[in-house]
Amino acid sequence: MSSLNDTVVYMDNNATSMVAKEVVDSMMKYFSESYGNPSSMYTFGGVVGEAISKARSQVADLLGCTPDEITYTSCGTESDSTAILSALRSYPEKRHVITTRVEHPAVKSLCENLEIATGRKYRVTRLKVDSEGMLDMAEYEAALSDDTAIVSIMWANNETGVIYPVEKMARMAKERGILFHTDAVQAVGKIPMSLKDLDIDFLSLSGHKLHAPKGVGVLYIKKGTLFVPFVTGGHQERGRRGGTENVASLVGLGTACALAADNLAEENGRVRDLRDRLEAGLLSSIPEAILNGHKTSRLPNTTNISFKYVEGEAILLHMNRYNICASSGSACTSGSLEPSHVLRAMGVPFTAAHGSIRFSLSVYNTEEEVDFVLEKMPAIIESLRKMSPFWKE
Amino acid sequence: MWEYTDKVQQHFLEPQNVGEIEKASGTGDVGSLACGDALKLTLEINADDIITDAKFKTFGCASAIASSSVLTEMVKGMSVDEAAKVTNEDIADALGGLPKEKMHCSVMGREALEAAIADYRGLILPMAEGNVVCECFGVTDLEVIRTIKESGLRSVEEITNFTKAGGGCGKCEGKLREILQETINETTDAPVSVKPKRMTALQKIKKIEEVIEKEIRPGLVKDGGDIELVDVDGDFVIVSLLGACKSCNKSQTTIKEYVEKKLRELVLESLIVEEEN
Repeated sequence: MSSLNDTVVYMDNNATSMVAKEVVDSMMKYFSESYGNPSSMYTFGGVVGEAISKARSQVADLLGCTPDEITYTSCGTESDSTAILSALRSYPEKRHVITTRVEHPAVKSLCENLEIATGRKYRVTRLKVDSEGMLDMAEYEAALSDDTAIVSIMWANNETGVIYPVEKMARMAKERGILFHTDAVQAVGKIPMSLKDLDIDFLSLSGHKLHAPKGVGVLYIKKGTLFVPFVTGGHQERGRRGGTENVASLVGLGTACALAADNLAEENGRVRDLRDRLEAGLLSSIPEAILNGHKTSRLPNTTNISFKYVEGEAILLHMNRYNICASSGSACTSGSLEPSHVLRAMGVPFTAAHGSIRFSLSVYNTEEEVDFVLEKMPAIIESLRKMSPFWKE
Repeated sequence: MWEYTDKVQQHFLEPQNVGEIEKASGTGDVGSLACGDALKLTLEINADDIITDAKFKTFGCASAIASSSVLTEMVKGMSVDEAAKVTNEDIADALGGLPKEKMHCSVMGREALEAAIADYRGLILPMAEGNVVCECFGVTDLEVIRTIKESGLRSVEEITNFTKAGGGCGKCEGKLREILQETINETTDAPVSVKPKRMTALQKIKKIEEVIEKEIRPGLVKDGGDIELVDVDGDFVIVSLLGACKSCNKSQTTIKEYVEKKLRELVLESLIVEEEN
């Protein structure tokens, strides 16, 4: 086991993921060999355009849609802003947005700005979640109104992995003639999807969460949906998003999507088993440890566990001694003074919220790594609890 | 990732004096689980008023644990009078510095030490008698004022970094700004104006109106002129000069050098004042 001390045990894949070797290999050619501009008239640029088209088809195949519904962006955050602002510009008379209390900051901050920076021009409904992080469909139904321009609900939560019923929620919005956007940054590659069969109008994805590089994202725009661009400029992306294409990364994203399609079964099989083994092991070997989030309606790779009476940053820094990488919802890790808004929305008590640790796995994790973490964690928690004035033996 | 000094890492990974002294001469219990950090400091003090032993139990992040550990090392061997003079800056210095967002950890150390000494002397801490300003973290006005003075704080953000006040719901931001303004005015000859870090459009317009009314118009009226606020569009403030100002060939100077300067100073640094066409 000691051999693992020198290598990184990476269990923070919801933060970012390793760029797959196949992805890197497919990209290299587009830096110093085929570096033409896809918009140029000569073959040297044209072949690059073809590579981007191929990648677009690979992305579309993973999402179950057509290539012309794919618009490349720079990241998930840009995709989120583009979708929501487009809906508000397409329907200027509508001033209401529905979202949840557990969204990623990409959507959360945008919605706060819609309210505050516009002098309350827009109204935002933030749906509540219960103690397992699940939404109340009756509250959602009651919130839909003629004034609602767009609904934005994440497909899966980044902190807890809880999956939301976006298929059903999109249908309910569609019946009322309301646009539906989903931030699927954590879900793509882990949940099989077929967008052609769904009423989702916009979907955001981010490359670096599925083993493509950082700095590349996608906005899916359902055919026939009214659209107003966010980044304007050249005619790239058929006028939907200006700016010279990030060619190598887009090619890498295509490869990553093809890989993700191949790995879907493994994510939901071997990776789920590893996650379950880790989760069950931690909950049984460490007293006063609780699972945050719904047990089954959850991504196969994520587990969020609170170790009561100890603080998350201290836990992470001890884990760091063994090169184990994970995240915490504690206040201290974020630079803010309050613990994660997701855990607070779920009503997780302060005794537990400050000591939450998220482990998020990938197909690159091994059983040996899981066992290594299971071996180290009990002693880490115990040593910190011995120091805690709230811990009673 | 935080940039912690070697000293912080050392005290965090190998903390000194963890535990609780039985039959302690003085005990200081500060912070809470809800706040995200808490410290219980116990002191053993001999008949000559010398601190012979100190132990701590801390719930909190790396800098909270390191601050507690280094504090116990510092006070051992000190007389109670010497220990009473230890400031949060001393604790942070002993660690080779703390990230500014983590300064409240050193303040927690100082508070626990004070509480333990007060317990030993059988006194009630004056800090606990103030009025609670920040309800989220239970911080009183007296604590805020003291930290402003001790650490020379100059913004609400700094108050939050040092005391946590204002770091929760943010509702007390206005109150904190008032306290800061009063404390600075009290301690320095030249009053410094304290500006809010963020305003809603409505707050901004109100404040602009207020400043024009109270600070700008009187000066212009004295010279036979007047000013009217026409519109506020983002950071652009559109005004109209009236009376003597209207025909004055220095009107552009008045707008930029007087009106804009005043508004930037008292409302928002980014404001641009223009005259209505």
